[in-house]
Amino acid sequence: MEQKSDTFLANAATAMNDTAAAQRRDIMAAFTPIIRQQSIDGFSSYEPTRKHLKRVRQHTLNHLAHYLAEFETQALANGNHVHFARTPQELNSTVLDICQQHSARRIAKGKSMVTEETGLTAELEKAGLQVIETDLGEYIVQQAGETPSHIVGPALHKSADDVRQLFLDIHPLGERELEHTSDMVAEAREVLRTHFLQAEVGIIGANALIAENGYAMLVTNEGNGDLCANLPPVLVICTTIDRVLPRAEDATAMLRLLVRSATGQPQTCYTSFYSGPRRAQDQDGPVEVHIVLLDNERSDILDSEYRGILECLRCGACLNHCPIYQSVGGHAYGWVYQGPMGSVLTPLLTSLEQSAALPNACTACGRCEEVCPADIPLPAMLRDLRAREYTEKLTPARWRFGIAAHAWLAQRPRLYHSLSGIAVKLLRLLGRRKGYLRHLPFAGGWSSQRDFPAPQAATFMQQLHDKQRRERQRHEH
Amino acid sequence: MNDVSSDQSVPSERPTVALFITCLVDLFRPSVGFASLSLLQRAGCEVVIPGQQTCCGQPAYNSGDYRGARALARQTLKQLEAADYVVVPSGSCAGMISEHYPRLLEGPWRERALAVAAKTYELNAFLHSVAPARLPVVKVKTDSVAYHDGCAGLRELHVRKQPRELLHSVCGITVKELQQPEVCCGFGGTFCAKMPQISARMADNKLKDVQASQAQLLCGGDMGCLLSLAGRASRNGQPIEVRHVAELLSGDLSAPAIGKDT
Ligand code: SF4
Repeated sequence: MEQKSDTFLANAATAMNDTAAAQRRDIMAAFTPIIRQQSIDGFSSYEPTRKHLKRVRQHTLNHLAHYLAEFETQALANGNHVHFARTPQELNSTVLDICQQHSARRIAKGKSMVTEETGLTAELEKAGLQVIETDLGEYIVQQAGETPSHIVGPALHKSADDVRQLFLDIHPLGERELEHTSDMVAEAREVLRTHFLQAEVGIIGANALIAENGYAMLVTNEGNGDLCANLPPVLVICTTIDRVLPRAEDATAMLRLLVRSATGQPQTCYTSFYSGPRRAQDQDGPVEVHIVLLDNERSDILDSEYRGILECLRCGACLNHCPIYQSVGGHAYGWVYQGPMGSVLTPLLTSLEQSAALPNACTACGRCEEVCPADIPLPAMLRDLRAREYTEKLTPARWRFGIAAHAWLAQRPRLYHSLSGIAVKLLRLLGRRKGYLRHLPFAGGWSSQRDFPAPQAATFMQQLHDKQRRERQRHEH
Repeated sequence: MNDVSSDQSVPSERPTVALFITCLVDLFRPSVGFASLSLLQRAGCEVVIPGQQTCCGQPAYNSGDYRGARALARQTLKQLEAADYVVVPSGSCAGMISEHYPRLLEGPWRERALAVAAKTYELNAFLHSVAPARLPVVKVKTDSVAYHDGCAGLRELHVRKQPRELLHSVCGITVKELQQPEVCCGFGGTFCAKMPQISARMADNKLKDVQASQAQLLCGGDMGCLLSLAGRASRNGQPIEVRHVAELLSGDLSAPAIGKDT
């Protein structure tokens, strides 16, 4: 996917100007936290499960090579093909090769952020293949020529009216109303059915890989993943190396946290475990299954102080609780991953230079960390990324100077107190009578949106000092 | 400036409290500093105001200048170490000292940071649960009050019920609750200057919530949030009175509200 994170502020401004969409985001932001909370409240072992899973994930990441090898052995034994891809290009060409070996022309694709990351669809289309997204949200976004705005709900930015209009435009099905959401869902289902039946290759993602039995786990709410996996003769599962877990019970523990955190449901409608190609006694299932495991910087992240981000479950709770995501929406982030987890992941998977604004799109309010089922210290990671920007001089010079000057001055208390005294007198003079200032030299950012409350008479330190002097004088006389 | 004891004649069993004024109170609202001082005295403490204090280092820290932040952390720790308690009229500065200094510093300085962290309190939390004496009841002219929970106070220090209970027992005020009290107001330190438009939108959402509560006065424990909200309300022409909670608890509302003047 083409990255547009470098224009974050401009993207954000555009998003905030679309007042209808902004209003929809406000509504979402008001109610998603409530349904998540209700679901967590109804799950008495949330905290113990969270702690348990954290230990399991850390253990797995500490022994990643071991568990990947175990997974590979088991998956091969189940009759799968296993491929490792170091780079996005490697994943794309591996998948393209598979498709071409089978002379495939039509691909039914399930929801997969990893293939968004590698830009797989565009690569396959370049080679003349027809790729249809079958997750309803992904389908809407694909048909509208847009990109996902939320890792869990790719089309959350669309209103029902948007979708109705889109379907009326693109589906040549004659006069019809599509009055209710259910009508639109039914229509999409009907249209997609043909694609499922015609596709020669199905491509899906996976939420977890289970080392002990070589299975891939996938959760969906529409069951489209199962159709992608079972109807076409060839199945390709694309995911990343950090998704592996030791045991089946670890995957189900993860499921308990993931689904509640994502949608507030106790369970998604479909949870599937893919073992491998159809066996002699099976009635259906793919004839050939490939599992492609992408690294793309993750080995490096594993060796860095950001390793914790690899424990992310992709539940989207941090997006749903982020006031900045609420304000600007997912497209502003300019890439595959949005919100707090995206602001950590995007610089690490692409480059900090291209995404320098993202780590700054945070007030350190801490709500994301509070709700993150993987207990990832997102605000601290974003701060550490800002520290890297500071040392690598990616922070704008004006800012670097201001910050450094303030810190320098604050380390010289005498000078600091006398200069701040002068500054306060000046501001006081400027804001005389009204109590606030409209414009403030050197604070354009602030005064573009806010008045600047004028300070009171003199600094606290000065007033205290004067008070003490007066008291001393009284004693002397 | 020298260290000063506010009152030399107090009995020695009164605990000494180092009051960390915070740079924003020092610069913009000294009346909050004097209110805090007086509250601590009324609550039975001997207050020391270390004269070399400046800024806790949050601007540098949050902007990624960890070196500058470490220097300020060490300087601040030296100022505060001697007292029995450290009290701060700001959730985010108290959180900086108690949560972030120990992460920022290493070796012996980390030990010193941990020692100070263990005795550092946000003002409301200290007055509510630690101070030796209960605060005397005061009269304030308004009872239509909303409380803004600063994020650091709320999530790092778990300050939530303390200011509400204090406002109730000391001022007889029942706080009008906001719909989304746990949502950030958009201040975020340097964030509000780096991303002013996004920040303003967040402030507007908070101000809408305040308006819907029908409160006439908005108070809180963090000068940064309060300055930012008062500034935005003033720009929007929204007539809300914004004050630090210490002003209400001290019963002294003689200073004009933030951003208002006569
Ligand atoms: S960082 Fe945490 S909250 Fe955000 S998507 Fe990942 S697991 Fe969910």
